[in-house]
Amino acid sequence: MSLAWRELVRRPGRFAVAGSALTLLVVLLLLLGGLLDGLYLGSTGAIRAQRADVFVYSATARDSIVRSRIEPDLRARIEEVDGVASTGGLGVALLGATVEGDDDVLDVAVTGYELAPEGVPEPPAPGTAYADDRLRADGVRAGDVLEVGPARVPVEVVDFVSDTSYLQQGALWVEPDTWRAIQSESRPDAAVADGVFQVVLVVAEDGVEAGELADRIDEATGGATSSLTRDEAVLSLPGIRQQNSVFTALIGVTLFVAGLVAALFFALVTLERTALYATLKALGAPSGRLALGVVFQSVVVALGAVVLGGAVTFALEQVIPDAVPVQVEPSRVVTSSVLVLVTAAVGALVSLRRIVRIDPATAIS
Amino acid sequence: MPALVMEGVRKVYRSGSEEVVALDHADLVVGDDEMVTLLGPSGSGKTTLLSIAGGLLTPTEGRVVVGDQVVSDLDPRQLTAFRQRQVGFVFQSVNLVPFLTARENLTVVGELAGRPRRETGEQADRLLEELGLSHRAGNLATELSGGERQRVAIGRALMNDPKLVLVDEPTSALDTKMGEAVMELLRNEITGRGIAAVVVTHDTRMTHYTDRTVEIVDGRLQA
Ligand SMILES: Nc1ncnc2c1ncn2[C@@H]1O[C@H](COP(=O)(O)OP(=O)(O)OP(=O)(O)O)[C@@H](O)[C@H]1O
Ligand SMILES: [Mg+2]
Repeated sequence: MSLAWRELVRRPGRFAVAGSALTLLVVLLLLLGGLLDGLYLGSTGAIRAQRADVFVYSATARDSIVRSRIEPDLRARIEEVDGVASTGGLGVALLGATVEGDDDVLDVAVTGYELAPEGVPEPPAPGTAYADDRLRADGVRAGDVLEVGPARVPVEVVDFVSDTSYLQQGALWVEPDTWRAIQSESRPDAAVADGVFQVVLVVAEDGVEAGELADRIDEATGGATSSLTRDEAVLSLPGIRQQNSVFTALIGVTLFVAGLVAALFFALVTLERTALYATLKALGAPSGRLALGVVFQSVVVALGAVVLGGAVTFALEQVIPDAVPVQVEPSRVVTSSVLVLVTAAVGALVSLRRIVRIDPATAIS
Repeated sequence: MPALVMEGVRKVYRSGSEEVVALDHADLVVGDDEMVTLLGPSGSGKTTLLSIAGGLLTPTEGRVVVGDQVVSDLDPRQLTAFRQRQVGFVFQSVNLVPFLTARENLTVVGELAGRPRRETGEQADRLLEELGLSHRAGNLATELSGGERQRVAIGRALMNDPKLVLVDEPTSALDTKMGEAVMELLRNEITGRGIAAVVVTHDTRMTHYTDRTVEIVDGRLQA
């Protein structure tokens, strides 16, 4: 092992090409991961924050919150289902808003709610809202009055909450009637009557499994509803599944390329070292030990690439415009790093066969 | 007990349909403190004999014993361990590890055998001293002269305290004076320590450094 280490230290230039290529791939990997996380977290915050176990949509809505409508009598039937502890209505309107006296249009998700989500207090007074941090980043301050939608309905921001965006728009948490008023004024074609919500959130009784309760509710309403667990509701948001699969595929391909780089580079290095390895084998070095040295070097080079790539990504994150939803999460950095190291080790192991086949007798001839 | 016994050793190389008999009916006994020159023209089978004696090649036929070890019975894995502990090689092309210093080229042998660092360090320092290389201990192999490299290679061959040292053309890349100095050193290092040596050469001027000369022609040893 010290042989492998000394070569790294004394001939760092040899490993520079592979190191740089791996560094770039690490940056790519972290940016892809950051983009995936940024898109996912920024799209799903308002839903992930909900404490409810089951989301009930109208059957015709095809699991879309904005298309769904639940009338009061349907809600009453839901509440009677065995295993339902409590329910709360939810409605979302995606609109533009301006701070009074300012021209910049901000994207907001006006969200009327009854059950307080994680990190959000009980519904505020009519005409006021808790705003998501995303709006604070856009320059909104507590006490500002936002004019929402084409009808410029005034809503005063009383406080801020975090990680509750909806499809990259900052949520404005309001009490249900404020939401209904804004929805009806802004979208007369999709107006909602008193007591109507888009979806009904259901809290299950202790010990009742969410998926089972969802099935039971849909049965009890005679197919008038389509119920999802919270995780399913998150994945049913527009584009989430597609985003996840596209980015997972891209990340997979990037890792594969990283493995290929390590495999090719160290296969080449091994070829170059044929005479050296023959000599060492003649002196009694087992093949396994030599291969371990190669794996060690590959992992060290990858480790350098992870550190350097991490630093580059961190620097890039500072200069990437806020409009690009890149969010590099520590957990993502850790898993990506581990995956790169493992990939580098596996890539280097490809050279094991070649090392085993080097004939020590060639050292002497 | 002799350091090396070869009985009826035969080696046939096959490449495609062609067969080359590199060694035939080779019988050789080298005593435990004996230094033998193996003299012969190019292509006569000198390197082949050395490789078989040192467990680098397996003979097609015959028996090879080094110390109390029957080498011709060992599998590749056991041969690796055998080379690690029982024999020392000095290769014709020297083959030092280029990115290691003179001293590290010695200690690496101890490391491969898993010996304690301190012990190998002390042994390396002693050998470098005897070989007159103390002042070059910290230089990379690439920074050494041909003669210095050859001396480091001799030191490396002695690192595992072998019973048998096998030396292939130690002087062919050196001028006469340097070659004689290397032979002199080799002789001093080996005699009186219970180490046997087989030194291959095709240079008749070098034979007087050893106890005995065995000639080889076309794969056959001449008495
Ligand atoms: N790997 C091999 N495959 C086929 N033939 C070989 C192989 N190695 C050696 N030979 C042949 O075996 C014979 C003996 O070779 P060897 O290398 O032992 O000779 P040598 O006495 O060491 O020669 P030199 O003085 O040139 O080093 C030669 O005819 C050579 O061509
Ligand atoms: Mg030869």
